[in-house]
Amino acid sequence: MNPPTFEYFAPTGIDEVIDILAKYPGEAKILAGGQSILPLLKSRISSIPYLVSLSEIKGMSYVVEGKDGVKIGSMTIDSDLENSDLIEKRFPILHDATKQLADPLVRNVGTIGGNLSHADPANDLPAVMISLGARFTIRGKKGSREVEARDFFMDTFTTALEPDEILTEVYIPFWGRNSGGAYVKFKKNTWNFSVAAVAVQLELDGNTCKKAQIATTAVSPKSGRVESAEKHLVGKPLTDDVIKKAAEEVAASAEPVTDSYGSEEYKREILKRITREAIKKAISRAGGN
Amino acid sequence: MVNKKHISITINGEVKEAEVEPRMLLAHFLRDQAGLTGTHIGCDTTNCGACTVIMDGKAVKSCTILAVQANGRKVLTIEGLSKGREKLHPVQQSFVDKHGLQCGYCTSGMILTSYWLLKNKKNVTEEEIREAISGNLCRCTGYDNIIDSVKDASKKMEEEGDPIEEQPEIKVRA
Repeated sequence: MNPPTFEYFAPTGIDEVIDILAKYPGEAKILAGGQSILPLLKSRISSIPYLVSLSEIKGMSYVVEGKDGVKIGSMTIDSDLENSDLIEKRFPILHDATKQLADPLVRNVGTIGGNLSHADPANDLPAVMISLGARFTIRGKKGSREVEARDFFMDTFTTALEPDEILTEVYIPFWGRNSGGAYVKFKKNTWNFSVAAVAVQLELDGNTCKKAQIATTAVSPKSGRVESAEKHLVGKPLTDDVIKKAAEEVAASAEPVTDSYGSEEYKREILKRITREAIKKAISRAGGN
Repeated sequence: MVNKKHISITINGEVKEAEVEPRMLLAHFLRDQAGLTGTHIGCDTTNCGACTVIMDGKAVKSCTILAVQANGRKVLTIEGLSKGREKLHPVQQSFVDKHGLQCGYCTSGMILTSYWLLKNKKNVTEEEIREAISGNLCRCTGYDNIIDSVKDASKKMEEEGDPIEEQPEIKVRA
């Protein structure tokens, strides 16, 4: 299957990318790893007249530890995140997600920037970035700006990116000493998308929850914080009953749809189970019981 | 008519240059332009891994990469594993010895993914093998013989080493 014809650009600098995007607003799209966009083009679900590849630009792939957080270049491939000791140590929730993202061969090409900018609600990284409180650096004709992960995802396949803008860097702030997170994903086969997945990042004070950020994958039109469930945790000792109530709230506030992966009811039951599991894992990683 | 692009890809140690339509997939370039039909196309939807090749040291699905994206890179296909040698590559030999194939359609992809795994990890466990080949489908073997093959290949690679060395680059124009 061949994609429909398109004009191809492979500039060597980000400014040039922005110029091309601005020249063909809405008609030009960025090609990062291509693991989402190429299947869409091949199956003729999409047609894109102008593709701007980032493959010839150097210096967009990096994972760097700073004083207050970690900076990740948007062309960093998923397997480089998966194999990063720094990520595994500081953000195990992201390590969880990259280990389970698509399959190892796709992870060797797919990029963090592509995964986020594509904004498929079934993609794993949006929920993880929202729960970690990540910030994205975006560049466009008007210059550079920062957007919080939670404000970046507007709708299914829709982000805060203007037609001339590109996501260049992801910044994840370090959390406090007694913090930890987990990403639990339920899928039937490697090659399927998730039935449901949940990202939970916590900070503890003893056995009491000081801060909680929860986001879901594949059970609503876009990934976003589930603040109603976070409220069940914050300020409380994390007993089984508290965890159960938060998990029930995640399931109740989700908007799953019945499809070939399961019924709405089934997905809510899965959500309850994986949320309980994710909270317990996050507590244990945060040094709680 | 869309402008063609000039690309240069080092395939199995030989530089291959060509003018291609930007939409041409790497899998098609390898099969139709370079004549290397050992790279198979199975599902054509990024699931099955029959089209797996090694690009710049990493196993990738060549049906989901544009040939233009591979410009300037090094690609290893199944033909490159025992190229210029009389013996099969240890990974290939293990798939023969341990009956790691039946119809053979998935085999070139399975072998290249296994080769990538074994280049990166020593003394691989069954779990690591199953995870590594989770993006490669086999509809015949039930995988068990493939796992045995990769375990055997792991030993062979330890004992015999990897016969693939950097080959001198030979310029070939399409």
